[in-house]
Amino acid sequence: MNFKAYFSIIAVAVLSLLFITSCDKEEFNVNDKGNLVIEFDNIVGDKDLQLDTGTYVNAAGETFSVSLFQYYISNIKLKTEDGREYVVPQDQSYFMIQEHKAHTHSITIPNVPAGNYTEMSFIIGVDSLRNTMDPSQRTGVLDVANYTGEEKMYWSWNSGYIFVKIEGSSPQAPQGPDGQRKFRYHIGGFGGYSSPTINNIKTRELSFGSQVAKVRKDKTPEVHLKVDVLKLFNGSSNISIASNPTVHFAPFSVNIANNYVHMFKVDHIHN
Amino acid sequence: MACIGRLLSAFNHLLMHTLSFLRAALMLSVMTALLACQPESIQPSRTIEFKVPANFPPPVYDLSRNPVTPEGFELGRRLFYDGLLSRDGSISCGFCHQQSSAFTQHGHDISHGIDDKLTLRNALPIQNLAWEKEFFRDGGVFHLDLFAVEPIQNPNEMDENLPNVLEKLRRHAEYPRLFTAAFGSPDITTDRFLKALSQFQLMCISADSKYDKYVRNEGATLTDTEKAGLALFRQKCASCHSGELFTDHSYRNNGLPVGNPEDTGRHRITLNDADQYKFRVPSLRNVEITRPYMHDGRFRTLEDVLHFYATGVVDSPTLDTLLKNNSGGQPGISLTLVEQQQIIAFLKTLTDRDFLNRKELSEFR
Ligand code: HEC
Ligand code: HEC
Repeated sequence: MNFKAYFSIIAVAVLSLLFITSCDKEEFNVNDKGNLVIEFDNIVGDKDLQLDTGTYVNAAGETFSVSLFQYYISNIKLKTEDGREYVVPQDQSYFMIQEHKAHTHSITIPNVPAGNYTEMSFIIGVDSLRNTMDPSQRTGVLDVANYTGEEKMYWSWNSGYIFVKIEGSSPQAPQGPDGQRKFRYHIGGFGGYSSPTINNIKTRELSFGSQVAKVRKDKTPEVHLKVDVLKLFNGSSNISIASNPTVHFAPFSVNIANNYVHMFKVDHIHN
Repeated sequence: MACIGRLLSAFNHLLMHTLSFLRAALMLSVMTALLACQPESIQPSRTIEFKVPANFPPPVYDLSRNPVTPEGFELGRRLFYDGLLSRDGSISCGFCHQQSSAFTQHGHDISHGIDDKLTLRNALPIQNLAWEKEFFRDGGVFHLDLFAVEPIQNPNEMDENLPNVLEKLRRHAEYPRLFTAAFGSPDITTDRFLKALSQFQLMCISADSKYDKYVRNEGATLTDTEKAGLALFRQKCASCHSGELFTDHSYRNNGLPVGNPEDTGRHRITLNDADQYKFRVPSLRNVEITRPYMHDGRFRTLEDVLHFYATGVVDSPTLDTLLKNNSGGQPGISLTLVEQQQIIAFLKTLTDRDFLNRKELSEFR
């Protein structure tokens, strides 16, 4: 082979490399900013969650229906395929998803650097630091006056947020003084202020698998999550409504939290 | 030359004008200042200022985040004594925290709230809260600003909810103005509401008892009995009721026989078995008038309390080690009757008449 042939091979190689990389970098500039939407679709196994009317069966063989289901999502982080991480600014990173309020099912993260996102993580609940701040640092969904009645997500006698709240009824639940057979799980516990106690702060990391969420200046991808209530009952310990109809701030709550971290999975992504 | 003269006189003229303008401006601003100082319907007291008493340690509460002002204090006082904070308007904070009883509920073992319902425990005094790091007898609330949420929303106390309270305040004829005076605008937020209540409570400082004047060399003297009591107290009680606040702020089991088994004290917060039946060591300031005593108000008199420490302490897995061994191998604190009387005489020197009667802290002015 002569010098010319060598030269043309190298030239082709260099050119195609250039071509490939430019293809990869396609339409966006890393300094662009866009939005990313996360959808929380609450389900029970293979069924959609229908408050009050839907009936479901857990692994303990108990039939139940759900009257209230809500949870905090916070401290969201996103990661691109090339390993860039975007940490949503802390004070804009608190959300409350309430099954009975459709507008809370999708949350929009603004100012996300353009990129191809393939992973994300979030806390189910509220981080311990925010749990200890004074009321001026508790605004929006964290305002202790934001929710009343059954929607309340704050323990005032034992300062701390409730992370996940689910209530409903089951024929297997013992009859209460009001004649109803209810179960009530109010799960919280950030680890304690001056003495350690239960810590139910759970971080969920989710890979998008082969899918990519492409954030661009003018394109907002939607990451659809399925949140399976059945996983709250069925997991490393199967929760029985009959034996634990009411779980609030108590050691048993750890079992439910260990289960519910697995509720979340990526279903599909719209670009 | 004339030219210069004219120039000078022109300059002079200008100077005079400027001066008279300045004078007018000055007068105007003094007048507005005077006008601004005119009381509307309330005159904030001039003495409202948070001062650390000379014999006290530095406060725990971060006053830089909520500086006490006369207007903020006044708003807090109004809120503290306002039944509007309860569901039916009948119960104010002051209903259970009465100044003449050092802000406890006089004559009740466990507090009574709305519809005469019972609370879990005996009311705590509102005093020297800037030096407390955790609130409640079990320490469940760790910021004074967050405290009021609990009594307001507790169905046995005020049975109201916070958003409702804020709405009532927004619609009220006077509160928007009081919030403006305190915080610069009429916005009524959770944060401002809670901070105003804290400002009033932070100013409930009790530091002018006979004992204080004695330790600060302000001319007060203790009798021989009181001095003997103080010496005994330092020897036998101050390991827990320590320092000038008379508490080390820890949670301990002082050997009371279990009353209400549901009330496991600190254990309710930590869920740690080692904390079963431990309660916060209370301050003993104004203890003469905060009767009845202990978390459930089981003892009516100080004599009963001292008698209990001498003879009634019950052993249990979480009994404080300091109380495990009395001289006779029996748990408690060995105290003769005379010693008990001497300690009581000393405890009464902790009564602060000025605090119990201070006009600024009163519901009525
Ligand atoms: C129904 C009676 C009742 C009412 C009304 C009430 N309290 Fe109390 N308060 C109590 C009792 C009882 C305790 C002690 C409870 C405990 O330790 O578990 C207490 C404790 C406190 C403490 C804790 C003090 C410490 O040393 O830890 C504060 C602060 C306080 N109250 C403020 C308030 C404020 C502010 C309001 C009005 C918004 C209010 N309270 C209304 C009964 C009441
Ligand atoms: C081991 C620690 C400890 C020692 C030592 C101790 N106390 Fe106490 N004291 C406590 C605790 C804890 C409480 C609160 C118990 C409760 O709330 O049920 C308390 C409560 C009290 C009360 C009730 C106050 C109130 O307002 O309800 C009085 C009075 C008192 N102690 C006096 C004394 C005296 C006097 C001595 C010494 C003879 C003493 N204590 C020694 C821990 C101690």
